[in-house]
Amino acid sequence: MHPAPSLILFTVLSGLGFGLLVWLGVGLRAPTGLAAFILFGLGYGLAGVGLIAAAFHLGHPERALKAMTQWRTSWLSREAVLAAAALIIMAPHAAGSVFRATPLPVFGALGAALALATIIATAMIYAQIRAVPRWHHWSTPPVFVLAALAGGAVLAAQLTLAAWLMAGLGLAMALHWREGDRRLAASRSDVGTATGLGGLGQVRLLEPPHSGRNYLLREMVHVVGRKHAVKLRLIALGLGAVLPAALLLLPAGYAIIAFALSAHLAGMLAQRWLFFAEAEHVVGFYYGKR
Amino acid sequence: MTTLPASTRNKLGLVIDLDTCVGCHACVISCKGWNTENYGAPLADMDAYGAAPEGTFLNRVHTFEITRDNAPPMVVHFPKSCLHCEDAPCVTVCPTGASYKRAEDGIVLVSETDCIGCGLCAWACPYGAREMDGAERVMKKCTLCVDRIYNENLPAEDREPACVRTCPAGARHFGDLGDPQSDVSRLVAERGGVDLMPEQGTRPVNKYLPPRARDALEAPDLASLCDPSGDQATGFLGWLDRALERL
Repeated sequence: MHPAPSLILFTVLSGLGFGLLVWLGVGLRAPTGLAAFILFGLGYGLAGVGLIAAAFHLGHPERALKAMTQWRTSWLSREAVLAAAALIIMAPHAAGSVFRATPLPVFGALGAALALATIIATAMIYAQIRAVPRWHHWSTPPVFVLAALAGGAVLAAQLTLAAWLMAGLGLAMALHWREGDRRLAASRSDVGTATGLGGLGQVRLLEPPHSGRNYLLREMVHVVGRKHAVKLRLIALGLGAVLPAALLLLPAGYAIIAFALSAHLAGMLAQRWLFFAEAEHVVGFYYGKR
Repeated sequence: MTTLPASTRNKLGLVIDLDTCVGCHACVISCKGWNTENYGAPLADMDAYGAAPEGTFLNRVHTFEITRDNAPPMVVHFPKSCLHCEDAPCVTVCPTGASYKRAEDGIVLVSETDCIGCGLCAWACPYGAREMDGAERVMKKCTLCVDRIYNENLPAEDREPACVRTCPAGARHFGDLGDPQSDVSRLVAERGGVDLMPEQGTRPVNKYLPPRARDALEAPDLASLCDPSGDQATGFLGWLDRALERL
């Protein structure tokens, strides 16, 4: 799949924002005044920036509100509804913390649940797609959820919790890669089933339907990015989870937190890039590519 | 509404005969022509006269080669368009309700004024049947020529999809696959029509008829007659071969 920068930024930044809002909502950290202003500002800002980045991926952003309507069947629609609901329900809690020094735990807890649900919905958009076997597996949502909660915990300065979550994230990523590498074969789809000709012999593409490129190839058959997959996996694992986990166990300080957070973000960008670039869409079988 | 209908009254679709298709691409061109001039946004060509032209098509013809054991290889031309699946994954993922499957005839359509161009439906389709239009930025797909098949302004023989109407080989058939007595259903039963990628769980309506068994040629192994190796060489060449071998 094509690793679109807008989607990579959206999933990483928005995840981080909603992850922070989860911890602010459950009140593990209950800042007031200026601290609350900065933290809630970060949470809302990151979530909002992510949503705006996602809108750049649309062909018709002016119709984006219509995406709220089909929550019965569509995870993308559920994500939009949940994101809006989380930001609205959390608002009284945020405003109370900032202006009145009185957190409103009911709104906070409800908002936190909705923020968590938003992160899960984001992951399900990918995990539901059967035509991309690497994503269509239970190991996909844990990566998204743990990445958001771990990054959010760093921002909320819950350092011990963050260190554990980083360790969990590392395990989840490794598991997702290990399982992911087997998913295409496990899907039982190949050029034989794609053409229905597999029973007759070995099938291969002789002539593509056209000499140029097309939308399908650009969007769904991205083979260039897999060249450095092993190195990028090590970078994602090392910077995204292992290094932050180790740093967060050191005596706390702003420099350490900033360093751990930047390493984590760089690692997550690598992970998310690979998440798209490595994913094989079965339509590639019609083009003799993976 | 992106909830799939529990059942559809008819299951209109195509039956494509891979034995008969000659790979002329006439269906590709007639599809592009009709669907550019009629219902919905035209099918754009981008950079049409430049170095890297590309365009939106609802139907494309791939060509595959089958290597068989103890038989000559076989070339199969393979037209591919939307299969109007009963469990269409492209419909349920749509966040806006732009994608829908009609309860009356099972045709999967896109309402272009509701489409936000997110592209998720194209990701969800295993067959690559949906393409985002390069100019209009909305999703385009086969409509089964919904603006022809019910169109009373057209003569009766033209009330079928443009690709079927134009196919010079008679490799494309249109009809109701939900009616076991229809011509297309009987054709599928007779010829052993198959689903594409049944393991993806989409239950396609369109069916593909596999190539018929070819005549087997009762002939010696012709390839060995062309064998240039010197194994059986005699006379001077045989001596030379043996001499060089010994060196």
